[in-house]
Amino acid sequence: MTPDIKPEIKPERLLTITGLEIEGRQDGKWKKVVKGVDLHLNRGEVLGLIGESGAGKSTIGLAAMGYAREGCRLSAGNINYLGKELRQAPESELEQIRGYKIAYVAQSAAASFNPSHKLITQFAETPLAHKMMTMEQAKAKAEDLYTKLFLPDPAGIGFRYPHQVSGGQLQRAMVAMAMACDPDIIIFDEPTTALDVTTQIEVLTAIKEVVRKFNCAAIYITHDLAVVAQLSHRIMVLRHGLCVEEGQAAQILDAPKEKYTADLLAVRRQVKDVAPPKQEEPLLRVENITAGYKNGPAVLHNVSFEVFRGRTVAVVGESGSGKTSVARVITGFLPQTEGMVYFDGIEMSPLLKHRDKDRLRKWQMIFQMPDVAVNPRHKVKDIIGRPIRFYYNPGKKEIDRRVSELLEMIELNDKYLDRYPSELSGGEKQRVCIARALAAQPELIICDEVTSALDQLVAEEILKLLQRLQQDLNMGYLFITHDLATVRAIADDVVVMYQGRVVEHGPRDDVFTPPHHDYTELLLSSVPEMDPNWLDRVLETRQKKTA
Amino acid sequence: MKTMLNMFNTFKTSPLSAKIGLAVVIFGLSVALLAPMLAPYGESEIVADVWLSPGDGHLLGTDQLGRDMLTRLIYGARNSITIAFITTLIAFFVGAFLGLTAAVTGGWLDNLLARIVDIFMAFPTLILALMILSVLGTSIPVLIVVVALLDATRVFRLARALAMDIAIMEYVDAARLRGEKTFYIVRREILPNALPALIAEFGLRFCFIFLFISSLSFLGLGIQPPTADWGSMVRENSGAINFGILTPIYPAGAIAALTVSINMVVDWFLHRSAQIRA
Repeated sequence: MTPDIKPEIKPERLLTITGLEIEGRQDGKWKKVVKGVDLHLNRGEVLGLIGESGAGKSTIGLAAMGYAREGCRLSAGNINYLGKELRQAPESELEQIRGYKIAYVAQSAAASFNPSHKLITQFAETPLAHKMMTMEQAKAKAEDLYTKLFLPDPAGIGFRYPHQVSGGQLQRAMVAMAMACDPDIIIFDEPTTALDVTTQIEVLTAIKEVVRKFNCAAIYITHDLAVVAQLSHRIMVLRHGLCVEEGQAAQILDAPKEKYTADLLAVRRQVKDVAPPKQEEPLLRVENITAGYKNGPAVLHNVSFEVFRGRTVAVVGESGSGKTSVARVITGFLPQTEGMVYFDGIEMSPLLKHRDKDRLRKWQMIFQMPDVAVNPRHKVKDIIGRPIRFYYNPGKKEIDRRVSELLEMIELNDKYLDRYPSELSGGEKQRVCIARALAAQPELIICDEVTSALDQLVAEEILKLLQRLQQDLNMGYLFITHDLATVRAIADDVVVMYQGRVVEHGPRDDVFTPPHHDYTELLLSSVPEMDPNWLDRVLETRQKKTA
Repeated sequence: MKTMLNMFNTFKTSPLSAKIGLAVVIFGLSVALLAPMLAPYGESEIVADVWLSPGDGHLLGTDQLGRDMLTRLIYGARNSITIAFITTLIAFFVGAFLGLTAAVTGGWLDNLLARIVDIFMAFPTLILALMILSVLGTSIPVLIVVVALLDATRVFRLARALAMDIAIMEYVDAARLRGEKTFYIVRREILPNALPALIAEFGLRFCFIFLFISSLSFLGLGIQPPTADWGSMVRENSGAINFGILTPIYPAGAIAALTVSINMVVDWFLHRSAQIRA
């Protein structure tokens, strides 16, 4: 809760949802996905909906507009907006409310804007359709909103196409679009999830300002408690289509009643004890790498760092900083133009096909998206068994035994042997990917954003598993991530990258304690904390600095 | 035995359209296999007057030379189905293998194959086929190989496009990183994921090839008379329409029934494999 705006004593009730049930169609049968949820929203209030994927939070968000996705239906309950019942209302009546009185901001602005129209044309679409404004008025309104959302050049930015503005700006332009008709309620569906932390902070600030200035109400949907803490007055925790806990933001954050909420809170507080530095030959040494894609400018400039056995190096930076390109150079997908990669003191050929099989075995990679990192047409036993057969070929019986052993190591069991990836959850798929990497008995594992596609609780378990495996098997990890909470939880050393260059490099605690490089400072201060006053505090310090 | 039982069980749960389709296909195949036993007369035996109406001794009447239509249809099933099927199979093996390999390997091999295919596709297929066949002569093996290779260019295009999308998946990257050979990647990582679309195309291609061969037969460079073939039977008897005689409808109907049935089976198969994927 923000201390300077308190809901009035007798606030105006905008939305009341009681006993909402939503069903989704699965294998030809209707199955409940939301199982009786109550919520209410007053003017001037922000309600945070939080939960892991599949909890039903987006579905509830859409239901607040009386809308059910294709293949879903609102099967029971009441959705009452200012005395109007939305659940059974005819489509013509709903059209008068949607986008007009209740607006929606989607997760990916890039996918929600039509790339072939200017921002202003898309902004004006709803107000013109409702005959609320003329084009001239819409333009003036847009400029006003763009100013309030801190967009640069508010008079001119509307005349650009979506691809001509940055991701954070586009997200704010979408918020402006939602605000075009002065709605009573805005539903934000994970509006910052796809953004870098440094961009996320701009969008959060803008949303916070705009809700305060226009005195509307908002439902803010996210899986990130720290984000919701900055904006919401009340927080509702959802799981499996049911409300786990609801309360004032401060109460949920400081004194959660349910264990599930407490678990969610604990995730970001995990910190690894840094292993003492070693004085041996590094397992992997990257020396002065410069590389670029075909016909393009170099994306990496003089990148150097080392990875030791039994230690984890985290490469951090925002998207476009070159951290994934580093992994592609090491793995041989992107041959470097200058510099050299050494493994165990031996030079590695820049081209993947010139590297020998045993060298390839010694480093394995775990990918960002478990959904596409395993072949959907292979069974689990084939996915894990293949590297064993490929590198060792010990005979069928021995392969089966090893696969069972590996499944046990990743905390799964033999029941999974004959399953296809589509029968696994995201976390289980990532575990299978880990087992596939372990099957080769590697010395180094490169992890490319391995937890970013997973829910927080699942991600935490994966991180714990990786750490346990590192202790047992003394492997080196190269961990590529944009999430600093992950870095705290797993890294011994940190490499901070910015625009293809290493800006800071060293043991984690050295990098994380001041004095920092300017960019490290910006990155560190942009990570949301659970403290509800964090956003205001950060903005204050930044303003002081520029002043 | 167990797989037979499994197949039977999956078939039992299939939709009605697939059951009908499969029944027609199986019927067609059995007729093709048992042709000499089923046919009342010899394949090219002239037994009565020209274009007789269906009736006594001739269930479907006679054709333009006075041969028994039912007999011709039964032998036609054997010739047309076998030739079109073998041709489609060859087209698929060659086209799919080259297409997938080109997409996975990339570089000069991909460029070379794609350009060769472009050159072939730049000519109208029928004219190209006529040219090649008139040079090489018109025996059935030559016909099969020529039509198969020409059609393989279409399959190549499709397979290459499919594989391009699959080759950028991270599981393919994972296999490359492991050091797998191109052949393994094509066979085990790409092919299973491209298969549903390829099988759907197989159904369509089979129909096209069927019709293509009958066009060639009409022009005198396909299956040579007196060998019975559904496609050429339509052409040979097409004049009957002018007299209100239904004779050409029978082979045309047989072609339609078979191609529609194959597509119904293929649709069901596609639907099933889409479920596995999702």
